[in-house]
Amino acid sequence: MSEMYVSGQSGIGRLIQALAERGHRVIGPVVRNKALVYDEINGVEDLPKGWTDLQEPGRYRLEQRGDEKLFGYVVGSASWKQFLNPPETVLWSGTINPEGFMTDPAPEPPKYAFFGVRPCEVAALGVLDKVYATSNGLPSMAGYSAIREQAFIVAVNCVEPGGNCFCVSMDTGPTARGGHDIVITEIAHNGNMRYLIESGTAAGAEVLDGMANLEEPTKSEIEARDYFLTEAAAAMGRTLEVDGLPELLKGNARNPRWDSIADRCLACANCTMVCPTCFCNTVDDNLSLDGTHATRTRKWDSCFTLGFSYMHGRPMREGIGARYRQWITHKLATWVDQFEEMGCVGCGRCITWCPVGIDITQEAAAIRRADLRDTPIGIGGFV
Amino acid sequence: MALPKLAVYKFASCDGCQLSILDVEDHLLDIASVVHIANFPEASREVVEGPYDLTLVEGSITTPHDAERIHEIRRQSKYLVTIGACATAGGIQALRNWKDTDLFASTVYANPEYLDTLHTSTPIKNHVEVNFELRGCPVDKMALVEVVAAFVQGRRPNIPEYSVCVECKRKGTPCVMVSHGTPCLGPVTQAGCGALCPSYNRGCYGCFGPMESPNTDMLAAAWQRLGVSHRGLVDAFRGFNAYAEPFRIASDHHEALAVAQGE
Ligand code: SF4
Ligand code: SF4
Ligand code: SF4
Ligand code: SF4
Repeated sequence: MSEMYVSGQSGIGRLIQALAERGHRVIGPVVRNKALVYDEINGVEDLPKGWTDLQEPGRYRLEQRGDEKLFGYVVGSASWKQFLNPPETVLWSGTINPEGFMTDPAPEPPKYAFFGVRPCEVAALGVLDKVYATSNGLPSMAGYSAIREQAFIVAVNCVEPGGNCFCVSMDTGPTARGGHDIVITEIAHNGNMRYLIESGTAAGAEVLDGMANLEEPTKSEIEARDYFLTEAAAAMGRTLEVDGLPELLKGNARNPRWDSIADRCLACANCTMVCPTCFCNTVDDNLSLDGTHATRTRKWDSCFTLGFSYMHGRPMREGIGARYRQWITHKLATWVDQFEEMGCVGCGRCITWCPVGIDITQEAAAIRRADLRDTPIGIGGFV
Repeated sequence: MALPKLAVYKFASCDGCQLSILDVEDHLLDIASVVHIANFPEASREVVEGPYDLTLVEGSITTPHDAERIHEIRRQSKYLVTIGACATAGGIQALRNWKDTDLFASTVYANPEYLDTLHTSTPIKNHVEVNFELRGCPVDKMALVEVVAAFVQGRRPNIPEYSVCVECKRKGTPCVMVSHGTPCLGPVTQAGCGALCPSYNRGCYGCFGPMESPNTDMLAAAWQRLGVSHRGLVDAFRGFNAYAEPFRIASDHHEALAVAQGE
């Protein structure tokens, strides 16, 4: 049974405090380099109070809202996957000497609390769990579960979706669907900022039980919460028609739209790097000059690089169109074959942070408009 | 067993890449323990005759004498690696390739007749076969260590050819193009610097030259939307790697458009 409380902004500060006291490193949104990033926070004063983010394809601007909202923006520039699968992870390192071979001690996994996780991002954690923690019966990816299992999740429902959000299409928001320990909804109510705080797990309830000065929400506060969240669902920046999408994409491997993409896409890999669910890594082995110390490092990779598909002396996806096709088809079609869900949660990052503003929802819609499955060119699989 | 012999040669350049070798600090002794530094005038007076097992070449070819000298070096070298923007692309001095060198010579020197220079600055690979190219202006010192390590260990150097953006995102820097409209060459530039400039809120200058599949047309269109003129694009592509083919073609293209549009 979930518990619901209400507080002012001081209650948010006390919640951050309570998590820190339980030994969590609390990570939340902060302003850096003219954008929101996720980094360590020590109190409510570190949150981007009064800021909002304008998000369009290929464009992002932070602006002052002119109010006191703590959560008046949507997702940060980089996702939470940076903490669960860091961009560079030393898998092991070791030294060989006359006494034998010894590996260096591995660092302790950090104990995080993620604060201000948006509903689509909570869903993305679930997507990552399927990939890294329970991959079709395969063992969990090295290091992932040790960090993931200790992470405490404080979600924030979205009462104001961003310009590139489409969580309603993906059924991941704007109200958190589960997977969080606590969820907060920020509402302006009778001229005050009010925070409805609900537990999602027993661990979340326990934290809330230990906090003083939380109030019972009034009926009108609960109604306001429900009203704002219903309105938010109707105010999505974008939509993605998911009906029949996997078959559509898989059947259009030769669609000329991929050539148009090849002209526009930079193959810069930004979209995959900022995506909260893209999971590809490469592994670098490094041996010291004298050959006595070895390090194996896992690094984020992307299907937009040529090295990604390099086999037998050449890359299999030489053209940029083929690389984009791999990306969108994996996210929205073949991911379903692998993991029984799509690999997209509708956060909009790949649209915002593409330097040339290529929009996954528009590209999928363009393929739908020019579906070639019933024409001779559409016959056949991947080229 | 004798250590492999290392030689380091300089052509037209600023010496910055050679200095990067000396700048590897702790690793310099490690390098000296796996290769015999046989010919590296910037580091040691000792000069041991060739042939050499590993030769690092800095600088571009700008004189008839150098155009000859590089062939002799090639003959003396089993494995030749070019280091830096000058050696791999002609360097900043390749800007002369678009200009009149005689005019420069007569403007700068009292007696230009004593000069014996070529009208172009060209990369080493235009003259002799090169076994590996290490990019950067200057090269990254740890990448240099990697090249030497890979050589002595008999493997390919682990040097990525994808965009600067990949490093920028691994570092967690929000994109400067997107978040404040600052033009950046990162999407068409090869990684290697660790995305230094974007982390200081600046655009990439293209120090590591073109990445593996640069889409200069589309990036230029994005820069134009940010208010950069054709002339501005010519200047951007004509930097340290101006004569690297994709950047050269892009700059020529925008120069023609700038002229046509009376910019
Ligand atoms: S594909 Fe794009 S919209 Fe979907 S989860 Fe990834 S970044 Fe977000
Ligand atoms: S879309 Fe590309 S980078 Fe992302 S998970 Fe799939 S193959 Fe990997
Ligand atoms: S779609 Fe955009 S972000 Fe992704 S690789 Fe292409 S240009 Fe880069
Ligand atoms: S700042 Fe430059 S290097 Fe970084 S992602 Fe943007 S375009 Fe790429």
